[in-house]
Amino acid sequence: MDTVILISQIIMGLALVLTFVRVVRGPSLPDRVVALELFSTTVVGLVGVYAIQSGVASFLDAAIVIALMGFLAAIGFARFLERGGPRDD
Amino acid sequence: MIEFIKGTLLITGASFMLLAAIGLLRLPDLLTRMHATTKAAALGVVLIMLASAMHFAEVGVVARSFAIIVFILITAPIAAHVIGRAGYFVGSRLWSGTVKDELRPNYDPLTHELKSGLETHENAKRHPRATDPD
Repeated sequence: MDTVILISQIIMGLALVLTFVRVVRGPSLPDRVVALELFSTTVVGLVGVYAIQSGVASFLDAAIVIALMGFLAAIGFARFLERGGPRDD
Repeated sequence: MIEFIKGTLLITGASFMLLAAIGLLRLPDLLTRMHATTKAAALGVVLIMLASAMHFAEVGVVARSFAIIVFILITAPIAAHVIGRAGYFVGSRLWSGTVKDELRPNYDPLTHELKSGLETHENAKRHPRATDPD
């Protein structure tokens, strides 16, 4: 079971690296917002795996909060994009 | 047996997240990138949370896992819709191979006026019926 957890953590770490490449390279601001949302979703998965690894179920509360924060950030960025304002991609 | 199912769920969920990241990196424009990330990442979180629910197997933890699943399944489409709408209004470029953009001929970006596509002179005429009240 420890090996499986390690493999899944490595896979998700690789996913985080690929997402970060898109955050850096992304040609426009909406692309970066999409990448940041995927970032938060992947971190929710990592926290779930870490809860299994450590045996502490309270980490799932942190996962709920991270998911909520990611959703609110996406909504806020979209409002900001749509309502205008100074923008520098 | 439980261990085997848990391991399969973990590896599959992590693989779906890697798939979402690869799609985000490889696909050509905003809408196709969202199409990759929203669904695959949500499915990955669902599988991992199922694995954690099976691992702990207590009522409170299972309820929290299912709360995360329901929350992700509700919020992922909403966030994708809002970001896609904002991206279209901002004017992000579509892929050169896009075959259909039904909003383009019917939508005026300056006045935010949306036409139905059925505004012909024939449809604008009035056809009174015998049963109409005077």
